[in-house]
Amino acid sequence: MTAPSAAAAPPSDPAGGAADRPVLEVRDLVKHFPVRSKSVIRRQIGEVHAVCGVSFDIRANETLGLVGESGSGKSTTARTLLNLQPATSGAVMFAGRDLTKLSRADMRPLRRELQIVFQDPYAALDPRISVNEIVAEPLRIHRSFGADGRGQVRELLRLVGLNPEHGNRYPHEFSGGQRQRIGIARALALRPKVLVLDEPVSALDVSIQAGILNLLRDLQEELGLSYLFVAHDLSVVRHIAHRVAVMYLGRIVEVAPAARLFGSPAHPYTQALISAIPLPDPRRERARRRILLTGDVPNPISPPSGCRFRTRCPKFAGQLTEPERNKCVDEVPELVDRGTGAPVACHYAEPLHLLDSPA
Amino acid sequence: MTDTAARRAAEREFTVRERTQLQLTVRRFLRHRLAVASLFVLILVVVFAFVGPLLWRYDYAQFTPDNSVAPSLKHPFGTTEDGKDELALVMRGTQQSVKVAVLTAVAATAIGAVWGAIAGFYRGLVDALLMRFADLVLTLPLLAVAAVLAGNTRGSWWLIAIVIAGLQWAIVSRIVRGVVLSLREKEFIEAARALGASDTRIIFRHLLPNAIGPVIVNATILVAVAILYETALSFLGFGIKAPDTSLGLLVNNARTAVDTRPWLFYFPGLFIIVIALTINFIGDGLRDAFDPRQQRIRQ
Repeated sequence: MTAPSAAAAPPSDPAGGAADRPVLEVRDLVKHFPVRSKSVIRRQIGEVHAVCGVSFDIRANETLGLVGESGSGKSTTARTLLNLQPATSGAVMFAGRDLTKLSRADMRPLRRELQIVFQDPYAALDPRISVNEIVAEPLRIHRSFGADGRGQVRELLRLVGLNPEHGNRYPHEFSGGQRQRIGIARALALRPKVLVLDEPVSALDVSIQAGILNLLRDLQEELGLSYLFVAHDLSVVRHIAHRVAVMYLGRIVEVAPAARLFGSPAHPYTQALISAIPLPDPRRERARRRILLTGDVPNPISPPSGCRFRTRCPKFAGQLTEPERNKCVDEVPELVDRGTGAPVACHYAEPLHLLDSPA
Repeated sequence: MTDTAARRAAEREFTVRERTQLQLTVRRFLRHRLAVASLFVLILVVVFAFVGPLLWRYDYAQFTPDNSVAPSLKHPFGTTEDGKDELALVMRGTQQSVKVAVLTAVAATAIGAVWGAIAGFYRGLVDALLMRFADLVLTLPLLAVAAVLAGNTRGSWWLIAIVIAGLQWAIVSRIVRGVVLSLREKEFIEAARALGASDTRIIFRHLLPNAIGPVIVNATILVAVAILYETALSFLGFGIKAPDTSLGLLVNNARTAVDTRPWLFYFPGLFIIVIALTINFIGDGLRDAFDPRQQRIRQ
């Protein structure tokens, strides 16, 4: 993987310089879900703050990892940016257009460019339709299932490492990993530029995960795809992502190139996450420094004021003085570079060296 | 993988014929023996009802000199007390009953399935309006509606079918709506949306095919129900009228003659049972054929 001396590399340039212009820009994306009362008149009594002002870029041929625990808004971000559910506010710029402002009809031609692979390969494929038809569907929808449609489908199945001979079969006749490949073939049918991968391997067996991850990496190289890779498994993200954004309770707390994020995380939450990655060497595992968090993620209906992480932050609890804490309570930390080389949303961010050179 | 094995795999790739969805479904149906046998029997019954009258020497409206004779070579199903040939009557009755039953089942299922799917898919106001209207239809008593329309029907079979279907579709729509409400939350529907599929495509390509199990079961029940309703309407004078006849009418007329002239009761009764039963089995086979997860068909 990457070189151990991450600090030596210029922080702003992860993927080799050629691809700096973002393909997709997300700006201040907000998604709130209404909470309604249980009575007959379903009055709105609150809002779930699922995504609160998330901004990031995805560059050409790059994988941006989006990590966070359950309920942090990763999947909601992914679905909202594809306009599968309307955004509350914010903008998603793609090819000079704001996706959040487009109607379903206007969105349709852009669906060719933006595709999604779902988490659960058992639920994401229509059980009544043969694999040939599943992969052919995007072509039919966009009226490009021509005379050689069947050949295209065979080619796609081969591309994702499936035997085209199995095209007559139905989803239930395949294993989880194979189904995920079918889902990938369907997403690739229209030759998209950006592929949103919503936890594509978290439902799969560990031995199968590696196969899918390598396939995704090969496809990226072959087809020049950009990925938004949503995951909660840090080792998976470390393996595949060029840059990583960490989410907590609907906000991004830190964005950095993968090597830098894992080598010297600056946000206390990122530090806690990374200190929880199991090390394969038991001696090092016992000797390492652990940052343990207490409590649960706060209720997203009424998130804490100021910094959302302060209720569980070890720094807030242990190291800060009273006036310093007041700043955490009163002031929302912006996601800006605080002299650590990468944007981080913590008033008192300081890089911490937690992992040795990547194994 | 060795070279030869790879080559063999590559060769095999081209030996499997690609089949369309329809071909795959037909193949699965043909493996369902009982359903295929039932289809065969039903076709025989239909041929009997529609081609038989052209070949048989007596017409259903014709009075023969033989009154109330038991089944014989001359009259295989016997005759009625006014000398009509029972075989000719059963053929005509089957014809009328099958037409009413099939039209009822097809019309009620088609309307109800689309109605329910639209309500369940869009939810909200659309759902409320469509389903309240369906509820309203459910409250209409069949006999009252039939009585109102009876003045104009003059016993024509398709009007009877439309009247019955016009009341039965609401039940279908309720069933389909329930299924669609749960299906629409499935991830493959969201996947279709992410591909840019239109609402029409999602409803007809993904939602309705996945709801086909309960729909087909209900359609087969509808066939039997339609035959019985037609009988009830005929009994009250709103259905098919003499000299024309239907299976329900024949059975009904023979009620009092079960002991004295049992052939008048049992032959049409047998045909009602055969039609209802074969359609049920065919429905079973169709449901399994449409559902690729069913393994029973491999028997």
